[in-house]
Amino acid sequence: MWRNTRSGWGLVSITLHWASAVAVVGLFLLGWWMTGLSYYDSWYNLAPWWHRSIGMLLLFATLLRVLWRLFQPTPVAHGSRMERVAAHLGHIALYVLMLTVMVSGYLISTAKGRGIGVFDWFEVPALISHLPDQASIAGEIHWYSAVALVLLAAGHTLAALKHHFLDRHDTFIRMLNPARTRRR
Amino acid sequence: MFKKAALATALGAVSLAATGLAMADDYVVDTEGQHAFIQFKINHLGFSYILGNFEVFEGRFHYDSEDLEASSVEMEVQVSSLNTNNAERDKHFISSDFLDADEYPTATFVSTGFTPNGDDEGVLTGDLTLHGETREIEMPVTLMGEGEDPWGGYRAGFEGSTTLTLADFGIDMSDFPEAMHELELYVTFEGVRQ
Repeated sequence: MWRNTRSGWGLVSITLHWASAVAVVGLFLLGWWMTGLSYYDSWYNLAPWWHRSIGMLLLFATLLRVLWRLFQPTPVAHGSRMERVAAHLGHIALYVLMLTVMVSGYLISTAKGRGIGVFDWFEVPALISHLPDQASIAGEIHWYSAVALVLLAAGHTLAALKHHFLDRHDTFIRMLNPARTRRR
Repeated sequence: MFKKAALATALGAVSLAATGLAMADDYVVDTEGQHAFIQFKINHLGFSYILGNFEVFEGRFHYDSEDLEASSVEMEVQVSSLNTNNAERDKHFISSDFLDADEYPTATFVSTGFTPNGDDEGVLTGDLTLHGETREIEMPVTLMGEGEDPWGGYRAGFEGSTTLTLADFGIDMSDFPEAMHELELYVTFEGVRQ
């Protein structure tokens, strides 16, 4: 139920996957919208506060997710050898891009040595600060890697739909239903 | 080997003497010891002020108490080194919305004249280049102190301030209240005589 097996994803992986999916799309849209706000908009300070807070939580969730993925069995991949290799590389790229987006975002806000408040719960300390032009360079990386992440995630979605409707195997279903772990 | 070394030493001594002569009243702004500050102060929506400074710059000046009118200053500031203790705000200030440090990475001041007003005061005029626009500005300056320092050097130190209208430098502040259209620039530094 909670853990992965060779036939399906457990509830931990499924929850992390879908929470990340919602957070990535939500943070992308929120980030895009908030960077265009005028100084006088009532969301000018509040939107980045949400963006930073959720982003930091997603970073921790992603680190947990990567650990869980490394120490848990992975359901057997379907499809041709080429498809399986491409899928594997695509998944690695998604993890790498997610971490790149979130770490670069963290480096924007911590560029002058201040930590990042996560809601009003706690503060993530600044670990790397005062690099030359840190905030601006991290900002560029944050934007371009976020665009790349969202495009790759769109490809990931299309691939999932193809597996479901054209290939008719359970790649998509097993990311929805933890009961698949029990089969076979 | 020995000959070579001796020759090098002799040449070094000659060139040192030569520069010593040429630059008798020339000073280098002590950015190394960080006895130099370029600060600005700009109103925030009428509530208070934002104070900030530029951390990376260098400068030279010529100062001779016997010949004040010959005084001159040159400063070169790295715009992206702006610091107001808030990374996101600093990033915004140096973005294309305001200073556009990508397009205009350096701001410079080159003096064009000095009008003394007594022994330790005067008005410096010069060309300030900021955001790619060059404007002549005037800055009243004060000599704060001059003399030998405890470490074998000779120093002279000054302060000065002036008010800049940001629109003069092509920085659009029209979305912000009137009080934010100007900023106060405060500069203080000491130089070590070369």
